[in-house]
Amino acid sequence: MSDAMLEVKDLKKYYPITGGLFGRTVAHVKAVDGISLSIAKGETFGLVGESGSGKSTVGRTILRLTDKTAGEVRFKGKDLYSLSKQDLRQIRPEMQLVFQDPYGSLNPRMRIGDAIGEALLDHGRASRAEVRDKVLETLALCGLSSSHIDRYPHEFSGGQRQRVGIARAIILNPEFLVADEPVSALDVSIQAQIINLFSDLRDRQGLTYLFISHDLSVVEHLCSTIGVMYLGSMVEMAPRDELFAQPLHPYTRALLSAVPIPDPTLKRERIVLRGDIPSPVDPPSGCKFHTRCPVATDACRESAPEFREVGSGHFVACHLV
Amino acid sequence: MAIYVLRRVLNMIPILIGVSVIIFFVFAMTPGDFVDSNQKLTPERQAELRALYGLDKPVLERYFIWMGNVLQGDFGYSMQHQIPVTSLLNQYLWNSFMIAVATLFLTWTIALFIGVFSAVRQHSWFDALVTLGVFATMSFPSFFLGLLLIKFFAVDLHWLPVGGMISTGSQTTGWAYVWEVAKHMILPVIVLTVLGVGSLTRYFRTNMLDVIRQDFVRTARAKGLKEKVVVYKHALRNALLPAITLLAFELPGLFAGAIITEKIFNWPGVGQIHMQALEIRDYPVLMGLTMLLSMLTIVGNLLADIMYGVADPRVRIK
Repeated sequence: MSDAMLEVKDLKKYYPITGGLFGRTVAHVKAVDGISLSIAKGETFGLVGESGSGKSTVGRTILRLTDKTAGEVRFKGKDLYSLSKQDLRQIRPEMQLVFQDPYGSLNPRMRIGDAIGEALLDHGRASRAEVRDKVLETLALCGLSSSHIDRYPHEFSGGQRQRVGIARAIILNPEFLVADEPVSALDVSIQAQIINLFSDLRDRQGLTYLFISHDLSVVEHLCSTIGVMYLGSMVEMAPRDELFAQPLHPYTRALLSAVPIPDPTLKRERIVLRGDIPSPVDPPSGCKFHTRCPVATDACRESAPEFREVGSGHFVACHLV
Repeated sequence: MAIYVLRRVLNMIPILIGVSVIIFFVFAMTPGDFVDSNQKLTPERQAELRALYGLDKPVLERYFIWMGNVLQGDFGYSMQHQIPVTSLLNQYLWNSFMIAVATLFLTWTIALFIGVFSAVRQHSWFDALVTLGVFATMSFPSFFLGLLLIKFFAVDLHWLPVGGMISTGSQTTGWAYVWEVAKHMILPVIVLTVLGVGSLTRYFRTNMLDVIRQDFVRTARAKGLKEKVVVYKHALRNALLPAITLLAFELPGLFAGAIITEKIFNWPGVGQIHMQALEIRDYPVLMGLTMLLSMLTIVGNLLADIMYGVADPRVRIK
């Protein structure tokens, strides 16, 4: 795909675990274990999975905020990991990140106007005189008022802080935005407002998103393609409607059956997974999901299924499909 | 804000009264008194002296006499030196203060630079070396380090004086006097700095490491800011916050004197006076000095709270 904004090939991120008397590396946490995906310009890609499945690590590794272990990340055709520190810094404004925790991600000692405008100045995108106007403009775009500009982060509510976080990210006019669970710390009514803000911004500025969430209903609302992660690997990836209509992987089915539906009379089969997500230090052999899969066979215990295309744009990693 | 400070100052009064009660009775209950320290005296002479100093009265009465005088600004006479406590302390306090200020400045500057640098390069060889050095210097006893420095720099090399504050019989004035005192200060300041810099370095390193891992530092990086801006503007400023409290707590330390180091270098500081007063039970001096240090501790606390409020918008007092 030549029009891809972002292309990720076989990305791996292992965290070493040191132990023993001399602090040797005894094992690795395989947080991300071979992820490939491609996001076209203007597309919104939703990445879902349980806590600990490696979603956030994917987001950070894609932006080179932590180092990768292996694989390739291409942003607008450029290999991010071969860029020099200087070039990386120059390209950063084009790819931004919105954090899960809207409080921790803001410097507590900086007025939000300074925090939002800082990068503009640092990158020479605006003069000192222009910054304030630009910040005010962005605040308005994100649904904040001009009186907020001189306040500190602790003076805002959770939803407002997340708006500040978004304003901070979009003021640089990025083309690509990673949103790492941007609404999971907020209550439901605020979640809806923030999601609407994301979709307004997409329509207005033509942003491309990687939207990370553990909540399928949030992703359904916003994303055109959805990838499902389990224990560091992608198990299924498909266009939204296809995934919701025809989930193929047993894990995806289990997740979808857990999405609440706003009709109490409607009965449906609920697939309840047994046990917890296994440790990424020593993931199960064969298909990583076989320990919790309701339909696992001997083949699943022995060999890992290939992540293959089964329909147009529909990929799945399961022996039984 | 003014009301807040005033309230805190008023709060000091009951605290100081409590402190004076505790200290007075602890000193009074220790066996022996100033008269006992001279064993050549006949029992009659001892009784005479006790009556003269007021040591024959009941403890409670003595406390109220002392307190009454203090309220009139009279801290009494040193029994040993036979001069008013205030003029005695005034004479020695500033000698200790000079050493303490120089040490404080050096310790904080060095610790800040090394601590921050080794945090930014955590697990590098520099960091490992600093950790090693920190524990080595912290484990030196001050008398050992002091004597070692005297042996090298004063006895062998003759670069610096062995001890004291001015050379014996020296008559220098003006800048020559300043230079002479400065030369005498070098070794004691080095000893105190070496001993103090270690723990503070660890402190700055830990603070910095705490902050560097936070999301807002990652945000700063994601913005594509220069690494210098990320480290010094975003991380360091937040890491320095808790240090403000620590700095304000150094206030009493500036006037407390360093007993062992002053002894080794024969520095005429308040630490030595304190030690002597303890040995021969010179109560007025002990009480005066301890009350001064308690007051400075409380003021230091107040300063810490005010400064923290200025530096951290989250606790700003409205």
